[in-house]
Amino acid sequence: MAYFEQPQRILLPVNVGYMALTVVLALLFNLMPWHDLVGVPDMVALVLAFWCVHQPRKMGIGAAWFVGLMMDAGNGALLGQHAFGYAFLAFGAISLHRRILWFSQWQQAAHVLILLLVCQALMLAVGMIAGSPFPGIGYFAGSLVAAALWPIASFVLLLPQRRPDSIDENRPI
Amino acid sequence: MSYQPPPFFSRGPAPVVRLGFFVSLAVLLMVLDARFRYAEAVRETLALLAYPLQRIALAPSELLGGASGFFTTQVALKRENEQLKSKELVAASDLLTVEALRAENAQLRHVLEARERIPRPATVAEILYQGRDPFSRRVVIDKGSGQGIEAGQAVIDDVGVIGQVTRVYPWVAEVTLITDKEQRTPVEVVRNGLRAVIYGGGDKGTLDLSYTATNADVQADDLLVTSGIDGTYPPGLPVAKVTKIERDAASYFAKITCIPAAGTDQNRQVLVLARETGLPARPLEGEAQSVTAPKQKRPKGGKN
Repeated sequence: MAYFEQPQRILLPVNVGYMALTVVLALLFNLMPWHDLVGVPDMVALVLAFWCVHQPRKMGIGAAWFVGLMMDAGNGALLGQHAFGYAFLAFGAISLHRRILWFSQWQQAAHVLILLLVCQALMLAVGMIAGSPFPGIGYFAGSLVAAALWPIASFVLLLPQRRPDSIDENRPI
Repeated sequence: MSYQPPPFFSRGPAPVVRLGFFVSLAVLLMVLDARFRYAEAVRETLALLAYPLQRIALAPSELLGGASGFFTTQVALKRENEQLKSKELVAASDLLTVEALRAENAQLRHVLEARERIPRPATVAEILYQGRDPFSRRVVIDKGSGQGIEAGQAVIDDVGVIGQVTRVYPWVAEVTLITDKEQRTPVEVVRNGLRAVIYGGGDKGTLDLSYTATNADVQADDLLVTSGIDGTYPPGLPVAKVTKIERDAASYFAKITCIPAAGTDQNRQVLVLARETGLPARPLEGEAQSVTAPKQKRPKGGKN
């Protein structure tokens, strides 16, 4: 499997401030005026899923829930709609975190795609129970785009944890 | 003696327990928000937290708008200038007649001893963004309770009604467009004064004139304006134009589709109208019944 074929990097411990910063930047992206553009990825969901997979002890269901509430307040949506979806997303990512990282990047993206689609379907169900119309199948395109961004996200989000590539001749590692 | 794992293995409650807790909290909030409107305080606090983020998120598009404005060509400016000049000519001729009409109207009102219609104070606002939520048709404007905006005020553009202020925050306010599925606007047909209530059509960007009798006198291309009987919208503002009428014998009501008169999805500058004050108090329940009772005796033909 890919895990054994590729050399694995030993990463530095994560900085919680950096995690918070990435979530805030993702919120900024989501709050941009996208109007009715189809296929805009839900960056917040992607970043939350990423940190739940990589740092399940530092990012959890409670944090995802709170970020979801911020999304609801910022968008004027039904209060709790995104919080509901993101709580399930975080739960799914935390439950799968031991499994997902054994796969190659694209296989990881496939796992994340399922999580994102389930999260969106839950939010859609909540919206429709509250009396909203079906927004069309294009609503789910955002998840496809977000999952396709997974390899890029894993590169960018892990960047501060990487060690420099300089090779020390006197050290075995 | 019970067995406890050492504290350094402790990870708090199991994920399923946490999930259950937060999901039930979310469901509770949703019910409170949708059914009882108790969650407004929570929403206001969160919106206050999100406000700086929103302003930063809007900066790139504002910058882009500013840059494109800077590079507007002289040709475009000249063309716009000519258009404005010709518009002004038309407006000037209208203005001449308006003075005379106003005087005449004032006199007629005086004769009728009708209440003077006072022009309402209005606030110019700019649409900041449209909500990302695909379920609702709402926009956020850049004026809030700090600038005297209140929930329930009517919002118009240069052509007609756009919507109504539904939520107010300190610096921004949320406007529900007339095309939102949950929005209703009282209207009347200009041609014959037939009163009706128009419903938003949701995602399609259209409006439905629901619960209008199959034999009601509505034709295609009829203009619908606000009736003003609710005290929220001033009377006579264009709302929509009838595009399609389906009269089905199987249904009690005609299916009438309309398109909004105002550019609900286009304009950036809007006008928020203050609510009318000094309306007479609503009649009490008992009185209302005694007033409505004779109505039933009327012959069926007299609809309005």
